[in-house]
Amino acid sequence: MNTTPIDKLAEADLEEIRNERVTFERTPDMPTEHMILNFGPQHPATHGTLHMVLELDGEKVAGATPHLGYLHTGFEKLGEYRSYNQFVTLTDRMNYLSPLCNNIGYTHAVEKLMNIEITPRCRSIRVALAELSRLADHLLCIGTAALDIGAFTAFLYGFRAREVLYDLFEAVCGTRLTTSYTRVGGLLRDVPDNFAEMARESVEETLRATAEIDRLLTHNRIWRDRTEGVGVLSAEDAVAWGATGPVLRASGVEWDIRKNEPYLGYETYDFDLPIGRNGDAYDRYLVRMEEIRQSAQIIHQAVEDLPAGPVNADEEHAVLPEKSEVYESMESLIYHFKMTMEGHGPTPPVGEVYAATEAPNGELGFFIVSDGSREPYRIRVRPPSFVNFSLFPMLIRGHMLSDVVAVLGSLNVIAGELDR
Amino acid sequence: MGNEVENHEEHRAEGVGQHGRSGSEPGNVTTRIRARYGDAAVRGGNAVGCESVIAERDTHLPFMTFLKDDPELSFDYLVDVTAVDRLQLDEEIRFAVVYQLYSYKHNRRFSVSVPVPEADPWIGSVVSVWPGANWLEREVYDMYGIVFEGHPDLRRILMPDDFGSHPLRKDYPLHGKGERDNFVF
Repeated sequence: MNTTPIDKLAEADLEEIRNERVTFERTPDMPTEHMILNFGPQHPATHGTLHMVLELDGEKVAGATPHLGYLHTGFEKLGEYRSYNQFVTLTDRMNYLSPLCNNIGYTHAVEKLMNIEITPRCRSIRVALAELSRLADHLLCIGTAALDIGAFTAFLYGFRAREVLYDLFEAVCGTRLTTSYTRVGGLLRDVPDNFAEMARESVEETLRATAEIDRLLTHNRIWRDRTEGVGVLSAEDAVAWGATGPVLRASGVEWDIRKNEPYLGYETYDFDLPIGRNGDAYDRYLVRMEEIRQSAQIIHQAVEDLPAGPVNADEEHAVLPEKSEVYESMESLIYHFKMTMEGHGPTPPVGEVYAATEAPNGELGFFIVSDGSREPYRIRVRPPSFVNFSLFPMLIRGHMLSDVVAVLGSLNVIAGELDR
Repeated sequence: MGNEVENHEEHRAEGVGQHGRSGSEPGNVTTRIRARYGDAAVRGGNAVGCESVIAERDTHLPFMTFLKDDPELSFDYLVDVTAVDRLQLDEEIRFAVVYQLYSYKHNRRFSVSVPVPEADPWIGSVVSVWPGANWLEREVYDMYGIVFEGHPDLRRILMPDDFGSHPLRKDYPLHGKGERDNFVF
């Protein structure tokens, strides 16, 4: 018999799932057999392209085997051939729903390696933008989770507010999606004059949308039936499997890098950590909703008294000089040349560094090995989605087929970050 | 304007060291490991802003279990597993598997690096210690060809199953070896 590669794949998975010894209640006198169902790679609820082979016992999921890599782009390999500032553009493409958080997390790691202290203004702007993109990410996550389950309205309300946020990103970065806003030791440029005003407006719009979504979903009988008790993750399992972000906090673990290992001056902001009780999909939704409100508070505090001064650190060996100075001063022109030409650029000392930031999905870490040259010797991204998603086969076992999208939506898997 | 610059300078002076440490007193973890394994057994790594050691492959699994179970260390969260191909660095042993650990109890990070020779690239799997290592180790296997002994399900994870090479190795070219021309869909 001729078998296509996809058939081979399914057979191999079937064999493997059988070996996992799934115990299942069966009606003794009614012979049943397990059915293999391919979920994805082209499925609207996969948010990108990911492929899962589900083994079904009737409508129950007896096992799930995810196949990743459809969006594998080799960012880590590419990074070894790009200068430290060039890599910023690649970080946009990882979690493309909150690219600013990736930009900030990456430059934070490089700055730690080079021991560069960024300016207070830069720090506040980064905090404000990181939280604004957390709003955008959570709105989309909640919206699509509801959409996958069948509630279309929440998705539209979320998208309307997200549009306002993206207008802000466009005003600040010049682009909506591929922001590439940070540079080692600073930012691409200062924010526009009306930044604080725009930030407040978009926060207000987001909070309005959040209140609407709250009314639509939180006490909605269908939404609660579909999410409560679904994909329950205990606190012990969450810690053992390395879950982070809203997934960890929904399981009742009070941990957030912004609180526990503050960076960018997060210790000076007043905000609370929402903690879940049951660790199910509903709690993950509630945690994200409350995080939106808490982030809104942080943004207000960050833009309230935005420190004056430069956005770029005064480190001529690492940071591009002001463009206006490049036209007028010889030294700045030389530094500009030294920063951008082939074979030149910021060169960190020899060493390795791991630096983590709290991205909307959890711990986003960058591990950089420097050999003292212009390009990183090795750059590794610790993607929160990848680690959180490895819980999926465990969470879904024993649930109904229709719960697959509910659990997937609550984990907020971003395929670009998953596969890198 | 001058005032602002001054403030900025002041802040820089204060801020020194903020990047340096992550929550713990320097040397705590290393001291504890020395107390258990003796001074000779502990070689410090070169991680910036975090304590680190270089561990031996042969005693690696009991060592990692000790790091997790010892109440004074209790590194209960395995943050990351990755590897470095040190082909172009001045190192005798080609690969190093790098573990990032975190302790919820002590709010402390730690990094363990384990050299793995090219001739027989294997290392003990820590899935039995931290189940979350499962996919992370699969990725290292996929990208570097380092075999994790005792891993329950060691398959490629990002690259296609029939992909012949390990792309993050330094001797693998950036543009590939022509695999893209022969992909079977």
